[in-house]
Amino acid sequence: MSTIEERVKKIIIEQLGVKEEEVKPEASFENDLGADSLDTVELVMALEEEFETEIPDEEAEKIKTVQAAIDYVTNHAND
Amino acid sequence: MTTTMQGQVALVTGASRGIGKAIAEQLAAQGVKVIGTATSDSGAAAISAYLGEHGEGRQLDVTDADSVAETLKAIDEKYGQLDILVNNAGITKDNLLMRLKDDDWDAVLDTNLKSVYRLSKAVLRGMMKRRFGRIINISSVVGTTGNPGQTNYCAAKAGLVGFSKALAQEVAGRGITVNCVAPGFIDTDMTKALTEDQKQAIFANIPAARLGQPEEIAATVVFLASAGAAYITGETIHVNGGLAMV
Repeated sequence: MSTIEERVKKIIIEQLGVKEEEVKPEASFENDLGADSLDTVELVMALEEEFETEIPDEEAEKIKTVQAAIDYVTNHAND
Repeated sequence: MTTTMQGQVALVTGASRGIGKAIAEQLAAQGVKVIGTATSDSGAAAISAYLGEHGEGRQLDVTDADSVAETLKAIDEKYGQLDILVNNAGITKDNLLMRLKDDDWDAVLDTNLKSVYRLSKAVLRGMMKRRFGRIINISSVVGTTGNPGQTNYCAAKAGLVGFSKALAQEVAGRGITVNCVAPGFIDTDMTKALTEDQKQAIFANIPAARLGQPEEIAATVVFLASAGAAYITGETIHVNGGLAMV
């Protein structure tokens, strides 16, 4: 079983079409990984599905970096 | 790119009669599985009857968020995808603004405009994931030209045009198009409800000198749903016999 960090990174790589080495913890989706606002919405949707959780809009807005995504899932995932 | 519509799945609201029925029938003729909705169980049964093996009718109140969610869940479970959404359900509650009641305003805006927000939002997730979708909203010529006695209806129908342009820009990069078809005066139960004075004023201005047929709206919808229309988005196609050229 992959760790949460690995699973989150895999989703980011798939959703944003970026290289693994670009997905650094501090990387910002919009500023560093070339995501537009809809990309980030899709990314959140993908995280919701992968981890079978619902991310409220006000929380989703705060998920702007790779680390923020990992932290959110670590704190809220069901599994 | 999908070059045939065979095997695609479409949801058409307000499909028991008139324009919605013609749309459902023509999509079915293209090999599309069609789920047509009606507000009553008898309407849904009528849809199932004319669609036969090409799809089914379902009872749906487009103003009820729970009813919408339930319908989409059922479609997802049975068909696994939704490629085409045709927001056709609509009502009129005509009166001069001076006499228009709040309930008449609210009912028309809720059924004709908010329902489109509700349904479009609900189907987008699946369309975005699959990088394909067609959302086609049935507006009206009066959304552009106005029509006395229909402030509520005209506001809702014009609202669809703005809604479609905004959503089209949001999702164009995902292979999803959002367009409107704006019928003129079509031979349906809805236009039968117009007063004689309204009809005379309108017919005098139709260069084609006749009412349109529901099939003529449906043909435009089928085109917008087809692969050939992939580069058309945020557009409103007027089908009105020359009544308004905009």
